[in-house]
Amino acid sequence: MPLAVRLRSAVCLLGRFPALAGVDLDVEAGEVVLLSGANGSGKTTLLRLLAGLHRLHSGTGVVLGYDLSIDRRGARRAIGLLGHDTGCYDDLTVRENLRFAARAAGHDAAASDGALERVGLTAQADVVHGRLSAGQRRRLALAVVLARDPRLLLLDEPHAGLDAAGRAVLDAVIASAPAEDRTVILASHELDRTRALAGREVVLAGGVARFGVADRELFEVSDAKTDKEAVSP
Amino acid sequence: MSLWRETVLVAGKDLRIEARSRVTLYQVLPFGLIVVLLFAFALDPSRGVLSRVAPGLFWVAVLLAALLAVSRSFQVETENAARDGLRLSGLDPAAVFLGKAAAIAVQLAVLEVALGAGVALLYDVELRSLGLLVAAAVAATAGVAATGTLYGVLAAGLRVRETLVPLLLLPVVAPVMLGATRAWEAGLGSASGDGWPWVALLALFATLYTSIGMLAFGSLLEEA
Repeated sequence: MPLAVRLRSAVCLLGRFPALAGVDLDVEAGEVVLLSGANGSGKTTLLRLLAGLHRLHSGTGVVLGYDLSIDRRGARRAIGLLGHDTGCYDDLTVRENLRFAARAAGHDAAASDGALERVGLTAQADVVHGRLSAGQRRRLALAVVLARDPRLLLLDEPHAGLDAAGRAVLDAVIASAPAEDRTVILASHELDRTRALAGREVVLAGGVARFGVADRELFEVSDAKTDKEAVSP
Repeated sequence: MSLWRETVLVAGKDLRIEARSRVTLYQVLPFGLIVVLLFAFALDPSRGVLSRVAPGLFWVAVLLAALLAVSRSFQVETENAARDGLRLSGLDPAAVFLGKAAAIAVQLAVLEVALGAGVALLYDVELRSLGLLVAAAVAATAGVAATGTLYGVLAAGLRVRETLVPLLLLPVVAPVMLGATRAWEAGLGSASGDGWPWVALLALFATLYTSIGMLAFGSLLEEA
């Protein structure tokens, strides 16, 4: 399988602080990878680096064939990032926010209507974003990501704020991603739920990937080499 | 999608937000009218001073109100991390620049019509050349909108953007203030001379800053 993501010794600075201090990561196209780790371990920074929102300070990084150190905007049209905020406009309705995102990504209204239906927000289509509940905003953010029909889904704590029905919708989106030719990298603290969805887990600690675990044998198999590199200063 | 379509998409989004929030209607426009009114109070209308200085006062009021419009344009991108959404959208940064500048220009045009009516009512001015006034207003508005968008994004990510935007923008748009005032003095007959060379200067300024904005906006949006 071709690689959707390839990072080697990737360093990302937030100010002068190395939020990522030399991450190695390969993600194949169609994979679902879980990023876990304590608060401040660099999960969000890693997702934002992959989305091209943070600059790669050193090391190498290739996302969907685009070299992050040369063209970090290149892959954006094919990336959907579900972050902590919705990225939507308070004074636009659910439908208007969706259509703007879909048209910006080169898709028509049908893409946004499909996403709206998929996340169960059809009844709120004409409600402005500012009047949505936190859970509805989260669903809208997911719909915005889906309306862009991305090849790489980056999900940062995607279950936060969602009710049971919303979580089920999200789980279905993640589960169906490989069949839809999407790669998913999700960061989460809800490990019991997300481990069941992911094919592999990568643990981040202190801004480095400590080890990757394959084939759902979570925490049982570790790569001694990367583990050793990770604990070295 | 073409540059033109992306520009229309961004401008339409910003104008829809303004139409729904009505910040321009309820805050920017009243602010401009209050400035015009205060000038009328400060400079005794009975001495005929107002009609002579009306062009300058009008453009000062427009520029002050433009500061609010520019700040508002980038405030909506700060809420809910919408700026990240814009960066990830895949839109051409030049189209984002042109779209946001066009939306600001439309708001300023509406503002200028209302303020122009206020000035005509309060300042007792005489209309000599409508074509000159309109041409100068169009060129000056384009210049202010382009410059405002460029400096607005520069300050967008900063906590001090409300105070920084005026500090950055007002000195840069001084040539617009000068050119528009001189052109309007000729158009309103409060000074002798040809106003069209000033319109040419305004058009040059607008073209220059629109070109700079199209080239630099992407980098500034990334770093803001």
